[in-house]
Amino acid sequence: MAAAQAVPASAARREPRHGLRIAVIWVVLSVAADLVIWFAWGPHMPPGDMSSSAADQQFDFNVLAVIGAPVLIGVWTYFGYALTVWRQKEGDDEDGPGYLPGAVRIQATWIAVTSAIVLGLAGFGTYELIAPAGAGSGQGPQPAFNNGVLAAASDTSWSPNTNNILQVQVIAQQWLFTYRYPQFGGFETTDLVLPVGQQVRFNVTSLDVVHSFWAYQLGVKADANPFVNDVAYTTPKQAGGFTVRCDELCGLWHGAMYDYGKVESVPDFLNWAHSTETQLTAVTKTLPPYALIYTPSEISGLAKFYYQAGVPGAGAQYYGPQYPAEP
Amino acid sequence: MSLPARITTLAVAFLAVVAGAVFVVIHYMLGATPPTVDFTAGHASGQPVNMTIQTDPVNDASSTPAWVSYFAQSPDGQWIHSTIWQLPAHTRINVTAYEFDTCDPLRNQDWGHVTGTIGGVMEVSGEADGLNGTLSTVNSDTTCGVAHTFSVPGMGLNVPFAGVLYTAKNQCTQAPCVLSDTHTVTRFSFVTPGPGEYRWQCFIPCGLATDQGNGHAMSTLGFMAGFLKVVA
Repeated sequence: MAAAQAVPASAARREPRHGLRIAVIWVVLSVAADLVIWFAWGPHMPPGDMSSSAADQQFDFNVLAVIGAPVLIGVWTYFGYALTVWRQKEGDDEDGPGYLPGAVRIQATWIAVTSAIVLGLAGFGTYELIAPAGAGSGQGPQPAFNNGVLAAASDTSWSPNTNNILQVQVIAQQWLFTYRYPQFGGFETTDLVLPVGQQVRFNVTSLDVVHSFWAYQLGVKADANPFVNDVAYTTPKQAGGFTVRCDELCGLWHGAMYDYGKVESVPDFLNWAHSTETQLTAVTKTLPPYALIYTPSEISGLAKFYYQAGVPGAGAQYYGPQYPAEP
Repeated sequence: MSLPARITTLAVAFLAVVAGAVFVVIHYMLGATPPTVDFTAGHASGQPVNMTIQTDPVNDASSTPAWVSYFAQSPDGQWIHSTIWQLPAHTRINVTAYEFDTCDPLRNQDWGHVTGTIGGVMEVSGEADGLNGTLSTVNSDTTCGVAHTFSVPGMGLNVPFAGVLYTAKNQCTQAPCVLSDTHTVTRFSFVTPGPGEYRWQCFIPCGLATDQGNGHAMSTLGFMAGFLKVVA
């Protein structure tokens, strides 16, 4: 208090309005940054807008960036201003004030604003996670917690532009993804092809350990767990290629567990699906019946035979109780 | 203990730990890299390469003799315990694969489908149970099964090797196996793509007694996984 009293009244009057200065700088920089983020950077924000879910995520990231940038700029502006204006002058050996007056209004404003931002974003994020996206958490138009099937849906046939969503099963295993198309005879292939403009439901599972199906440009990521069907939805909006990676450390060749998918026009997709179904007819007959999950130790009747017969070969040992598939 | 003695003791202990770590890295990781079997030496451009390989129920490594393993026959006729093979780019590779291991069911029957070979087929002969001739698919649930697969995801190549029956006599017990041991033969051809390193693996989970069968031999270079080094 003594230091404050020592300041002459004329000097106090000459002190500029630092708060106003900082606020003006902050507003100008924040508006500029937000315009750049929304209009220049935003359209290029990952994961892009190749699908409905990717576009939703891009929108979410843009919103977060637009709201977060002013906070960051506010902190930087204050520090920059303080370092520039309030730094110690040359020859000024005086000690600083021994008493710092409280700034209850500023502190309350800061707490209120940041609380509102955090709570608001929590609500926004929750809504965005549940309502429009559904890219890996089981929501979407056919929520997993409602058995995931609409009344009109068919598991055995598909036509474009209907409410019958195209189903693609993603089967992960060490160290590759394969894909089954139950509405096209249930064929299985290493190629992932999708039609543009059509809603797709991914049924994601694993035959061994935990993997994660991450179709980056589609904005789809879903855990692939053994004995679990994880559901994700998306609607590809553009034709082109996309990258699929495993996003869960799954063993030696995890880094090599990737492939590339394609989004094609509906006629091209139908041609591909029907021709592949025909080409793979013989192979499809050897596959287990289509199911949302598989139990590898029970798929093979041969393994069971080996075990029951007491044959000490690998067929029994890989899957038998002494070396269980799921220890 | 005096201060110099304590410092010396600490320094020696630190150096011992560092030396141990370096030894482990060099011996077990870097030193474990198998040699490259070079099929490009003396290869005339435009001519196919003949490659002979075998998969064995055992191997010649004293520390892990029970691990299943691939061997490749070098151009000079030696069987090399390695899964890193150097091949010329854009060249037809004629493969003869001797399979000495017994048959197993596939975890995913899709790996019973022959893909990426010329004609999409393989020729099977030998002691395979119910499998003979030109095949494009193997149903491992209805026949003896598949012993191992040779799968190169980056090339779309997958060939399942028919195994020998568990009840077969004269099975191989010492690697590299010899042709008097009971075996099957699979022949196929494929064309190498452009230069690059292409990972390959077996899709039978044959890492005995490991989680999901994908440890040990399945997760170690030189046994059931490797690289095709395709060079210009």
